[in-house]
Amino acid sequence: MDQQTAVEKNGTGDSLLEKKIHRRKFFKFSSVAVASAAFIASCDKDDNNDGVNLGSGDVGILNYAYALEQLEAAFYTQVVANAAFSTAFTADERSFLTDIRDHEIAHREFFKTAITAAAASSIIPALEVDFSTINFANKASVLGTAMAFEDLGVTAYNGAGYLLKDANYLLLAGKIVSVEARHAALIRELITANTFLGDQVDTNSVNLSRTPLEVLAIADTYIVTKINASNLPTG
Amino acid sequence: MNIVNILEEIEKVDGDIYERLSPRRRAMQQFYKYGSKAAIAAIPLGLGTMFNKAYGQAVPAGVIAVLQYALTLEHFEYRFYERGSVLAPIPAGADKTAIDAIRDSELKHVNFLRTVITAAGATPVAEKAVYDFTAAGTFPTVFTSYTTFLAVAQVLEDTGVRAYKGRAGELLGQKVYLTAALGIHAVEARHAAKIRYMRRLNGHVPTIKPYITGGNDSGVPAANGNYGGAIPESNVNQAGVVITTLPGASGTISVNAATEAFDEPLTAAEVLALVAPFGVS
Repeated sequence: MDQQTAVEKNGTGDSLLEKKIHRRKFFKFSSVAVASAAFIASCDKDDNNDGVNLGSGDVGILNYAYALEQLEAAFYTQVVANAAFSTAFTADERSFLTDIRDHEIAHREFFKTAITAAAASSIIPALEVDFSTINFANKASVLGTAMAFEDLGVTAYNGAGYLLKDANYLLLAGKIVSVEARHAALIRELITANTFLGDQVDTNSVNLSRTPLEVLAIADTYIVTKINASNLPTG
Repeated sequence: MNIVNILEEIEKVDGDIYERLSPRRRAMQQFYKYGSKAAIAAIPLGLGTMFNKAYGQAVPAGVIAVLQYALTLEHFEYRFYERGSVLAPIPAGADKTAIDAIRDSELKHVNFLRTVITAAGATPVAEKAVYDFTAAGTFPTVFTSYTTFLAVAQVLEDTGVRAYKGRAGELLGQKVYLTAALGIHAVEARHAAKIRYMRRLNGHVPTIKPYITGGNDSGVPAANGNYGGAIPESNVNQAGVVITTLPGASGTISVNAATEAFDEPLTAAEVLALVAPFGVS
Protein backbone atom coordinates (compact mmCIF):
# COMPACT_ATOMS: atom_id res chain seq x y z
CA MET A 1 0.00 0.00 0.00
CA ASP A 2 1.45 3.37 -0.90
CA GLN A 3 1.34 6.42 1.30
CA GLN A 4 -1.52 8.04 -0.53
CA THR A 5 -3.71 4.99 -0.37
CA ALA A 6 -3.03 4.62 3.31
CA VAL A 7 -4.01 8.20 4.01
CA GLU A 8 -7.12 7.90 1.91
CA LYS A 9 -8.18 4.71 3.61
CA ASN A 10 -7.61 6.17 7.04
CA GLY A 11 -9.52 9.25 6.03
CA THR A 12 -12.58 7.21 5.20
CA GLY A 13 -12.30 4.80 8.05
CA ASP A 14 -12.80 2.09 5.46
CA SER A 15 -10.00 -0.17 6.56
CA LEU A 16 -11.07 0.22 10.17
CA LEU A 17 -14.55 -0.75 9.13
CA GLU A 18 -13.34 -3.83 7.38
CA LYS A 19 -11.32 -4.96 10.37
CA LYS A 20 -14.29 -4.63 12.67
CA ILE A 21 -16.33 -6.53 10.19
CA HIS A 22 -14.14 -9.56 10.02
CA ARG A 23 -14.50 -9.93 13.76
CA ARG A 24 -18.18 -9.24 13.94
CA LYS A 25 -18.97 -11.12 10.80
CA PHE A 26 -17.66 -14.29 12.39
CA PHE A 27 -19.93 -14.02 15.39
CA LYS A 28 -22.99 -12.55 13.82
CA PHE A 29 -23.16 -13.90 10.32
CA SER A 30 -21.26 -17.14 10.32
CA SER A 31 -23.09 -18.35 13.36
CA VAL A 32 -26.42 -17.38 11.88
CA ALA A 33 -25.64 -19.03 8.59
CA VAL A 34 -24.45 -22.24 10.19
CA ALA A 35 -27.26 -22.33 12.72
CA SER A 36 -29.86 -21.56 10.12
CA ALA A 37 -28.80 -24.36 7.86
CA ALA A 38 -29.35 -26.79 10.68
CA PHE A 39 -32.39 -25.40 12.44
CA ILE A 40 -34.38 -22.91 10.44
CA ALA A 41 -35.88 -25.47 8.14
CA SER A 42 -37.60 -27.04 11.10
CA CYS A 43 -38.47 -23.80 12.87
CA ASP A 44 -41.45 -21.60 12.28
CA LYS A 45 -40.14 -18.24 11.07
CA ASP A 46 -42.06 -16.33 13.73
CA ASP A 47 -40.76 -18.47 16.52
CA ASN A 48 -37.03 -18.04 16.11
CA ASN A 49 -34.88 -15.20 17.33
CA ASP A 50 -32.45 -15.06 14.47
CA GLY A 51 -33.19 -11.43 13.76
CA VAL A 52 -34.94 -9.77 10.87
CA ASN A 53 -35.07 -12.28 8.05
CA LEU A 54 -34.56 -10.74 4.61
CA GLY A 55 -36.31 -13.71 3.06
CA SER A 56 -35.59 -15.55 -0.14
CA GLY A 57 -35.71 -15.05 -3.89
CA ASP A 58 -36.22 -11.66 -5.49
CA VAL A 59 -38.12 -10.36 -2.47
CA GLY A 60 -35.11 -11.19 -0.32
CA ILE A 61 -32.88 -9.11 -2.59
CA LEU A 62 -35.40 -6.26 -2.55
CA ASN A 63 -35.45 -6.37 1.25
CA TYR A 64 -31.66 -6.32 1.19
CA ALA A 65 -31.72 -3.16 -0.95
CA TYR A 66 -34.44 -1.72 1.29
CA ALA A 67 -32.23 -2.28 4.33
CA LEU A 68 -29.32 -0.42 2.70
CA GLU A 69 -31.54 2.44 1.57
CA GLN A 70 -32.95 2.72 5.10
CA LEU A 71 -29.40 3.06 6.37
CA GLU A 72 -28.43 5.70 3.81
CA ALA A 73 -31.63 7.71 4.25
CA ALA A 74 -31.25 7.70 8.03
CA PHE A 75 -27.66 8.86 7.74
CA TYR A 76 -28.34 11.82 5.43
CA THR A 77 -31.45 12.77 7.39
CA GLN A 78 -29.27 13.10 10.47
CA VAL A 79 -26.58 14.99 8.50
CA VAL A 80 -29.03 17.63 7.32
CA ALA A 81 -30.86 17.85 10.68
CA ASN A 82 -27.67 18.41 12.68
CA ALA A 83 -27.31 21.85 14.25
CA ALA A 84 -23.87 22.27 12.69
CA PHE A 85 -25.08 21.59 9.15
CA SER A 86 -25.29 25.27 8.24
CA THR A 87 -21.81 26.07 9.50
CA ALA A 88 -19.79 22.93 8.77
CA PHE A 89 -20.61 22.87 5.05
CA THR A 90 -20.53 25.30 2.13
CA ALA A 91 -23.77 26.29 0.38
CA ASP A 92 -22.99 23.92 -2.49
CA GLU A 93 -22.26 21.05 -0.13
CA ARG A 94 -25.49 21.67 1.78
CA SER A 95 -27.42 21.69 -1.46
CA PHE A 96 -25.88 18.39 -2.60
CA LEU A 97 -26.27 16.66 0.77
CA THR A 98 -29.90 17.73 0.97
CA ASP A 99 -30.50 16.44 -2.56
CA ILE A 100 -28.90 13.12 -1.72
CA ARG A 101 -30.99 12.85 1.46
CA ASP A 102 -34.11 13.28 -0.67
CA HIS A 103 -32.91 10.70 -3.22
CA GLU A 104 -32.24 8.12 -0.52
CA ILE A 105 -35.62 8.78 1.08
CA ALA A 106 -37.19 8.30 -2.36
CA HIS A 107 -35.37 4.98 -2.72
CA ARG A 108 -36.39 3.85 0.77
CA GLU A 109 -40.03 4.78 0.32
CA PHE A 110 -40.09 3.23 -3.14
CA PHE A 111 -38.85 -0.12 -1.82
CA LYS A 112 -41.25 0.03 1.10
CA THR A 113 -44.19 0.52 -1.27
CA ALA A 114 -43.01 -1.91 -3.93
CA ILE A 115 -42.21 -4.74 -1.52
CA THR A 116 -45.49 -4.23 0.30
CA ALA A 117 -47.30 -4.50 -3.02
CA ALA A 118 -45.38 -7.60 -4.10
CA ALA A 119 -45.21 -9.51 -0.80
CA ALA A 120 -46.72 -7.60 2.11
CA SER A 121 -46.04 -10.38 4.61
CA SER A 122 -42.34 -10.53 3.73
CA ILE A 123 -41.26 -6.91 4.09
CA ILE A 124 -38.68 -6.19 6.77
CA PRO A 125 -39.51 -3.60 9.44
CA ALA A 126 -37.77 -0.27 10.02
CA LEU A 127 -34.22 -0.94 11.14
CA GLU A 128 -32.58 0.56 14.19
CA VAL A 129 -29.34 2.36 13.30
CA ASP A 130 -26.33 3.42 15.35
CA PHE A 131 -24.31 6.38 14.08
CA SER A 132 -22.46 7.00 17.35
CA THR A 133 -19.09 6.62 15.60
CA ILE A 134 -19.87 9.54 13.27
CA ASN A 135 -19.19 13.17 14.21
CA PHE A 136 -22.05 14.93 12.43
CA ALA A 137 -20.56 18.36 13.19
CA ASN A 138 -17.36 17.49 11.36
CA LYS A 139 -17.21 17.74 7.57
CA ALA A 140 -14.50 15.14 7.15
CA SER A 141 -16.36 12.63 9.30
CA VAL A 142 -19.63 13.15 7.44
CA LEU A 143 -18.15 13.12 3.94
CA GLY A 144 -15.90 10.16 4.74
CA THR A 145 -18.88 8.17 5.96
CA ALA A 146 -20.98 9.30 2.99
CA MET A 147 -18.28 8.10 0.62
CA ALA A 148 -18.08 4.74 2.35
CA PHE A 149 -21.88 4.33 2.19
CA GLU A 150 -22.15 5.35 -1.46
CA ASP A 151 -19.25 3.21 -2.62
CA LEU A 152 -20.67 0.32 -0.60
CA GLY A 153 -24.10 0.80 -2.13
CA VAL A 154 -22.71 0.64 -5.66
CA THR A 155 -20.82 -2.57 -4.96
CA ALA A 156 -23.94 -4.01 -3.30
CA TYR A 157 -26.25 -3.44 -6.27
CA ASN A 158 -23.58 -4.60 -8.71
CA GLY A 159 -22.96 -7.78 -6.76
CA ALA A 160 -26.62 -8.66 -6.28
CA GLY A 161 -27.86 -7.93 -9.81
CA TYR A 162 -27.32 -11.43 -11.14
CA LEU A 163 -29.28 -12.94 -8.24
CA LEU A 164 -32.51 -11.34 -9.46
CA LYS A 165 -34.83 -13.51 -11.54
CA ASP A 166 -37.25 -10.81 -12.67
CA ALA A 167 -35.92 -8.43 -15.35
CA ASN A 168 -38.21 -5.67 -14.08
CA TYR A 169 -36.52 -5.74 -10.69
CA LEU A 170 -33.11 -5.80 -12.38
CA LEU A 171 -34.05 -2.69 -14.34
CA LEU A 172 -35.14 -0.95 -11.13
CA ALA A 173 -31.87 -1.86 -9.46
CA GLY A 174 -30.07 -0.47 -12.52
CA LYS A 175 -32.01 2.79 -12.32
CA ILE A 176 -30.93 3.23 -8.71
CA VAL A 177 -27.33 2.01 -8.83
CA SER A 178 -26.22 4.58 -11.39
CA VAL A 179 -27.59 7.32 -9.15
CA GLU A 180 -25.66 5.84 -6.23
CA ALA A 181 -22.57 5.89 -8.45
CA ARG A 182 -23.21 9.55 -9.26
CA HIS A 183 -23.47 10.25 -5.53
CA ALA A 184 -20.27 8.33 -4.87
CA ALA A 185 -18.37 10.28 -7.53
CA LEU A 186 -19.71 13.59 -6.24
CA ILE A 187 -18.89 12.91 -2.59
CA ARG A 188 -15.42 11.77 -3.62
CA GLU A 189 -14.91 14.99 -5.59
CA LEU A 190 -16.05 17.04 -2.58
CA ILE A 191 -13.32 15.36 -0.54
CA THR A 192 -10.50 15.30 -3.12
CA ALA A 193 -10.61 16.43 -6.76
CA ASN A 194 -10.24 13.73 -9.41
CA THR A 195 -11.01 10.78 -7.15
CA PHE A 196 -14.33 10.03 -8.86
CA LEU A 197 -13.10 6.53 -9.67
CA GLY A 198 -10.47 6.21 -6.95
CA ASP A 199 -9.91 2.74 -5.59
CA GLN A 200 -13.40 1.58 -6.58
CA VAL A 201 -12.43 0.15 -9.99
CA ASP A 202 -10.30 -2.80 -11.00
CA THR A 203 -7.55 -2.88 -13.63
CA ASN A 204 -10.21 -2.95 -16.40
CA SER A 205 -11.89 0.16 -14.95
CA VAL A 206 -14.86 -1.99 -13.94
CA ASN A 207 -16.52 -0.97 -10.64
CA LEU A 208 -16.00 -3.42 -7.81
CA SER A 209 -18.86 -5.60 -6.55
CA ARG A 210 -19.60 -7.31 -3.24
CA THR A 211 -21.76 -10.21 -2.18
CA PRO A 212 -24.68 -9.50 0.17
CA LEU A 213 -22.82 -11.12 3.06
CA GLU A 214 -19.77 -8.93 2.45
CA VAL A 215 -21.94 -5.82 2.28
CA LEU A 216 -24.01 -6.64 5.36
CA ALA A 217 -20.89 -7.37 7.35
CA ILE A 218 -19.65 -3.83 6.61
CA ALA A 219 -23.04 -2.17 7.12
CA ASP A 220 -23.46 -4.08 10.36
CA THR A 221 -21.29 -1.49 12.12
CA TYR A 222 -24.18 0.96 11.77
CA ILE A 223 -27.17 -1.35 12.10
CA VAL A 224 -28.34 -2.40 15.57
CA THR A 225 -31.11 -4.67 14.31
CA LYS A 226 -29.84 -8.15 13.72
CA ILE A 227 -30.22 -9.09 10.06
CA ASN A 228 -30.58 -12.66 8.93
CA ALA A 229 -29.47 -13.06 5.32
CA SER A 230 -29.32 -16.84 5.37
CA ASN A 231 -32.20 -17.33 2.95
CA LEU A 232 -30.95 -14.94 0.27
CA PRO A 233 -30.21 -16.56 -3.09
CA THR A 234 -26.55 -17.22 -3.71
CA GLY A 235 -26.71 -17.97 -7.40
CA MET B 1 -5.44 -10.25 -25.78
CA ASN B 2 -4.56 -10.99 -22.21
CA ILE B 3 -5.89 -14.40 -21.21
CA VAL B 4 -4.60 -14.10 -17.67
CA ASN B 5 -6.47 -10.86 -17.29
CA ILE B 6 -9.79 -12.29 -18.37
CA LEU B 7 -9.47 -15.33 -16.16
CA GLU B 8 -8.71 -13.13 -13.18
CA GLU B 9 -11.67 -10.92 -14.04
CA ILE B 10 -13.96 -13.91 -14.23
CA GLU B 11 -12.57 -15.26 -10.98
CA LYS B 12 -13.75 -12.13 -9.19
CA VAL B 13 -17.36 -12.91 -9.98
CA ASP B 14 -17.10 -16.65 -10.35
CA GLY B 15 -14.74 -18.04 -7.78
CA ASP B 16 -15.23 -21.48 -9.27
CA ILE B 17 -13.89 -20.65 -12.72
CA TYR B 18 -10.73 -22.66 -12.24
CA GLU B 19 -12.75 -25.56 -10.91
CA ARG B 20 -14.94 -25.36 -13.97
CA LEU B 21 -11.97 -25.33 -16.27
CA SER B 22 -10.35 -28.19 -14.44
CA PRO B 23 -11.00 -30.02 -11.22
CA ARG B 24 -7.32 -29.66 -10.42
CA ARG B 25 -7.72 -26.06 -9.42
CA ARG B 26 -4.30 -25.20 -8.18
CA ALA B 27 -2.65 -26.80 -11.15
CA MET B 28 -4.77 -24.71 -13.48
CA GLN B 29 -4.08 -21.51 -11.59
CA GLN B 30 -0.38 -22.12 -11.67
CA PHE B 31 -0.59 -22.90 -15.33
CA TYR B 32 -2.40 -19.69 -16.23
CA LYS B 33 -0.49 -17.45 -13.92
CA TYR B 34 2.98 -18.77 -14.52
CA GLY B 35 2.63 -20.85 -17.67
CA SER B 36 5.09 -20.45 -20.49
CA LYS B 37 4.53 -17.83 -23.13
CA ALA B 38 4.09 -20.56 -25.70
CA ALA B 39 1.35 -22.24 -23.69
CA ILE B 40 -0.48 -18.96 -23.16
CA ALA B 41 -0.18 -17.98 -26.80
CA ALA B 42 -1.74 -21.27 -27.81
CA ILE B 43 -4.81 -20.84 -25.61
CA PRO B 44 -6.85 -18.33 -27.66
CA LEU B 45 -7.30 -20.84 -30.48
CA GLY B 46 -9.30 -23.12 -28.24
CA LEU B 47 -10.63 -20.51 -25.88
CA GLY B 48 -14.24 -20.51 -26.99
CA THR B 49 -14.34 -24.29 -26.66
CA MET B 50 -12.69 -24.08 -23.27
CA PHE B 51 -15.31 -21.69 -21.91
CA ASN B 52 -18.13 -23.60 -23.50
CA LYS B 53 -16.97 -26.71 -21.71
CA ALA B 54 -16.45 -24.76 -18.48
CA TYR B 55 -20.00 -23.45 -18.45
CA GLY B 56 -21.55 -26.48 -20.05
CA GLN B 57 -22.90 -24.58 -23.02
CA ALA B 58 -22.02 -21.95 -25.57
CA VAL B 59 -22.30 -18.29 -24.57
CA PRO B 60 -25.80 -17.31 -25.73
CA ALA B 61 -25.92 -15.20 -28.89
CA GLY B 62 -27.96 -12.61 -27.00
CA VAL B 63 -25.13 -12.11 -24.52
CA ILE B 64 -22.59 -11.68 -27.32
CA ALA B 65 -24.86 -9.15 -29.00
CA VAL B 66 -25.01 -7.02 -25.85
CA LEU B 67 -21.23 -7.17 -25.48
CA GLN B 68 -20.73 -6.11 -29.10
CA TYR B 69 -23.18 -3.26 -28.63
CA ALA B 70 -21.26 -2.12 -25.56
CA LEU B 71 -17.98 -2.34 -27.45
CA THR B 72 -19.41 -0.31 -30.34
CA LEU B 73 -20.24 2.51 -27.94
CA GLU B 74 -17.00 2.24 -25.98
CA HIS B 75 -14.92 2.49 -29.18
CA PHE B 76 -16.66 5.76 -29.92
CA GLU B 77 -16.39 7.13 -26.38
CA TYR B 78 -12.71 6.33 -26.16
CA ARG B 79 -11.98 8.04 -29.50
CA PHE B 80 -14.00 11.07 -28.45
CA TYR B 81 -11.77 11.59 -25.41
CA GLU B 82 -8.61 10.60 -27.22
CA ARG B 83 -9.22 13.19 -29.94
CA GLY B 84 -10.55 15.69 -27.40
CA SER B 85 -7.48 15.36 -25.24
CA VAL B 86 -5.29 16.19 -28.24
CA LEU B 87 -7.42 18.81 -29.95
CA ALA B 88 -9.80 20.51 -27.52
CA PRO B 89 -8.73 23.56 -25.48
CA ILE B 90 -8.89 21.76 -22.14
CA PRO B 91 -7.33 23.80 -19.32
CA ALA B 92 -4.08 22.30 -18.09
CA GLY B 93 -4.14 20.94 -14.56
CA ALA B 94 -7.08 19.23 -12.85
CA ASP B 95 -9.40 19.42 -15.86
CA LYS B 96 -6.87 17.88 -18.25
CA THR B 97 -6.10 15.21 -15.67
CA ALA B 98 -9.79 14.35 -15.39
CA ILE B 99 -10.36 14.11 -19.15
CA ASP B 100 -7.29 11.94 -19.60
CA ALA B 101 -8.43 9.71 -16.74
CA ILE B 102 -11.80 9.22 -18.40
CA ARG B 103 -10.08 8.56 -21.73
CA ASP B 104 -7.94 5.88 -20.12
CA SER B 105 -10.97 4.40 -18.39
CA GLU B 106 -12.82 4.11 -21.72
CA LEU B 107 -9.79 2.48 -23.34
CA LYS B 108 -9.76 -0.11 -20.57
CA HIS B 109 -13.42 -0.81 -21.25
CA VAL B 110 -12.63 -1.27 -24.95
CA ASN B 111 -9.81 -3.68 -24.26
CA PHE B 112 -11.76 -5.53 -21.61
CA LEU B 113 -14.80 -6.02 -23.84
CA ARG B 114 -12.61 -7.15 -26.73
CA THR B 115 -11.05 -9.73 -24.45
CA VAL B 116 -14.39 -10.94 -23.08
CA ILE B 117 -15.95 -11.20 -26.53
CA THR B 118 -12.96 -13.11 -27.88
CA ALA B 119 -13.04 -15.40 -24.87
CA ALA B 120 -16.70 -16.06 -25.57
CA GLY B 121 -15.76 -17.32 -29.01
CA ALA B 122 -16.77 -14.32 -31.12
CA THR B 123 -14.88 -11.67 -33.09
CA PRO B 124 -15.03 -8.21 -31.49
CA VAL B 125 -16.55 -5.48 -33.66
CA ALA B 126 -13.93 -3.15 -35.09
CA GLU B 127 -13.70 0.53 -34.33
CA LYS B 128 -15.10 2.76 -37.06
CA ALA B 129 -12.35 4.24 -39.22
CA VAL B 130 -13.89 7.69 -38.99
CA TYR B 131 -16.31 9.39 -36.61
CA ASP B 132 -17.98 12.75 -37.06
CA PHE B 133 -17.66 14.33 -33.63
CA THR B 134 -19.65 17.36 -34.79
CA ALA B 135 -22.66 15.04 -35.20
CA ALA B 136 -23.20 16.11 -38.79
CA GLY B 137 -22.63 19.76 -37.95
CA THR B 138 -24.71 19.97 -34.76
CA PHE B 139 -21.61 20.64 -32.64
CA PRO B 140 -19.19 22.43 -35.01
CA THR B 141 -17.02 23.66 -32.11
CA VAL B 142 -16.76 20.33 -30.29
CA PHE B 143 -12.94 20.38 -30.39
CA THR B 144 -12.40 24.14 -30.53
CA SER B 145 -14.57 25.21 -27.59
CA TYR B 146 -14.09 23.72 -24.13
CA THR B 147 -17.68 24.58 -23.28
CA THR B 148 -18.98 22.59 -26.25
CA PHE B 149 -16.58 19.74 -25.60
CA LEU B 150 -17.81 19.27 -22.01
CA ALA B 151 -21.43 19.64 -23.09
CA VAL B 152 -21.06 16.86 -25.66
CA ALA B 153 -19.13 14.77 -23.14
CA GLN B 154 -21.98 15.04 -20.65
CA VAL B 155 -24.56 14.04 -23.22
CA LEU B 156 -22.47 11.06 -24.31
CA GLU B 157 -21.85 9.86 -20.74
CA ASP B 158 -25.48 10.19 -19.69
CA THR B 159 -26.46 8.35 -22.86
CA GLY B 160 -23.90 5.64 -22.17
CA VAL B 161 -25.36 5.04 -18.71
CA ARG B 162 -28.83 4.77 -20.23
CA ALA B 163 -27.57 2.42 -22.95
CA TYR B 164 -26.11 -0.13 -20.53
CA LYS B 165 -29.19 0.07 -18.34
CA GLY B 166 -31.45 -0.61 -21.30
CA ARG B 167 -29.84 -3.94 -22.06
CA ALA B 168 -29.09 -5.30 -18.59
CA GLY B 169 -32.24 -7.40 -18.77
CA GLU B 170 -30.76 -9.39 -21.66
CA LEU B 171 -28.00 -10.50 -19.28
CA LEU B 172 -30.45 -11.62 -16.58
CA GLY B 173 -28.88 -14.23 -14.32
CA GLN B 174 -25.56 -14.15 -16.20
CA LYS B 175 -23.24 -13.87 -13.23
CA VAL B 176 -20.06 -13.06 -15.14
CA TYR B 177 -21.44 -10.91 -17.94
CA LEU B 178 -24.11 -9.06 -16.01
CA THR B 179 -21.79 -8.24 -13.13
CA ALA B 180 -19.16 -6.94 -15.55
CA ALA B 181 -21.75 -4.88 -17.45
CA LEU B 182 -23.12 -3.41 -14.21
CA GLY B 183 -19.56 -2.61 -13.18
CA ILE B 184 -18.96 -0.66 -16.39
CA HIS B 185 -22.39 0.96 -16.11
CA ALA B 186 -21.48 2.32 -12.67
CA VAL B 187 -18.17 3.68 -13.96
CA GLU B 188 -19.97 5.49 -16.81
CA ALA B 189 -22.22 7.03 -14.17
CA ARG B 190 -19.15 8.17 -12.23
CA HIS B 191 -17.79 9.74 -15.44
CA ALA B 192 -21.12 11.46 -16.06
CA ALA B 193 -21.23 12.88 -12.54
CA LYS B 194 -17.66 14.16 -12.88
CA ILE B 195 -18.25 15.84 -16.25
CA ARG B 196 -21.43 17.46 -14.93
CA TYR B 197 -19.57 18.72 -11.86
CA MET B 198 -16.81 20.12 -14.09
CA ARG B 199 -19.38 22.04 -16.13
CA ARG B 200 -20.75 23.49 -12.89
CA LEU B 201 -17.35 24.43 -11.46
CA ASN B 202 -16.27 26.01 -14.75
CA GLY B 203 -19.41 28.12 -14.76
CA HIS B 204 -20.57 26.68 -18.09
CA VAL B 205 -23.89 25.67 -16.52
CA PRO B 206 -23.68 27.05 -12.96
CA THR B 207 -26.73 25.21 -11.64
CA ILE B 208 -26.24 21.78 -13.19
CA LYS B 209 -25.95 18.87 -10.77
CA PRO B 210 -24.08 15.55 -10.98
CA TYR B 211 -27.45 13.79 -11.40
CA ILE B 212 -30.15 14.34 -14.01
CA THR B 213 -32.77 16.85 -12.87
CA GLY B 214 -36.09 16.64 -14.71
CA GLY B 215 -35.51 15.82 -18.37
CA ASN B 216 -32.86 17.39 -20.60
CA ASP B 217 -30.97 19.53 -18.09
CA SER B 218 -27.83 19.70 -20.25
CA GLY B 219 -28.49 23.12 -21.75
CA VAL B 220 -28.11 21.48 -25.16
CA PRO B 221 -31.48 21.58 -26.98
CA ALA B 222 -30.15 19.20 -29.64
CA ALA B 223 -29.83 16.54 -26.93
CA ASN B 224 -33.55 16.33 -26.12
CA GLY B 225 -33.63 12.80 -27.51
CA ASN B 226 -30.75 11.73 -25.30
CA TYR B 227 -32.88 12.52 -22.27
CA GLY B 228 -36.17 11.43 -23.84
CA GLY B 229 -37.20 8.09 -25.28
CA ALA B 230 -39.91 5.58 -24.43
CA ILE B 231 -39.06 5.99 -20.74
CA PRO B 232 -37.75 9.56 -20.50
CA GLU B 233 -35.48 10.83 -17.75
CA SER B 234 -38.43 12.94 -16.58
CA ASN B 235 -40.30 9.75 -15.59
CA VAL B 236 -41.57 9.67 -11.99
CA ASN B 237 -43.48 6.36 -12.17
CA GLN B 238 -41.36 3.42 -11.04
CA ALA B 239 -43.03 0.01 -11.44
CA GLY B 240 -46.42 1.56 -10.84
CA VAL B 241 -45.26 3.59 -7.84
CA VAL B 242 -45.57 7.33 -8.43
CA ILE B 243 -42.54 8.63 -6.55
CA THR B 244 -43.97 12.13 -6.13
CA THR B 245 -46.80 10.72 -4.01
CA LEU B 246 -44.40 9.17 -1.49
CA PRO B 247 -43.57 10.91 1.82
CA GLY B 248 -40.39 12.99 1.73
CA ALA B 249 -38.39 14.80 4.40
CA SER B 250 -41.25 17.28 4.51
CA GLY B 251 -44.40 16.78 2.47
CA THR B 252 -44.12 14.53 -0.56
CA ILE B 253 -41.03 13.92 -2.68
CA SER B 254 -40.46 16.72 -5.19
CA VAL B 255 -40.43 16.20 -8.94
CA ASN B 256 -36.75 17.18 -9.01
CA ALA B 257 -35.80 14.61 -6.37
CA ALA B 258 -38.01 11.95 -7.97
CA THR B 259 -36.33 12.36 -11.36
CA GLU B 260 -32.82 12.71 -9.93
CA ALA B 261 -33.18 9.58 -7.80
CA PHE B 262 -33.81 7.25 -10.74
CA ASP B 263 -31.88 7.11 -14.01
CA GLU B 264 -33.82 5.74 -16.97
CA PRO B 265 -32.94 3.30 -19.77
CA LEU B 266 -32.75 3.75 -23.53
CA THR B 267 -33.41 0.91 -25.95
CA ALA B 268 -30.73 -0.18 -28.40
CA ALA B 269 -32.74 1.28 -31.28
CA GLU B 270 -33.01 4.61 -29.49
CA VAL B 271 -29.29 4.75 -28.71
CA LEU B 272 -28.18 3.72 -32.20
CA ALA B 273 -30.38 6.41 -33.72
CA LEU B 274 -28.95 9.00 -31.34
CA VAL B 275 -25.34 8.18 -32.15
CA ALA B 276 -25.89 7.68 -35.88
CA PRO B 277 -25.01 11.34 -36.71
CA PHE B 278 -21.60 10.72 -35.10
CA GLY B 279 -20.99 7.90 -37.56
CA VAL B 280 -21.17 5.22 -34.84
CA SER B 281 -23.93 3.10 -36.35
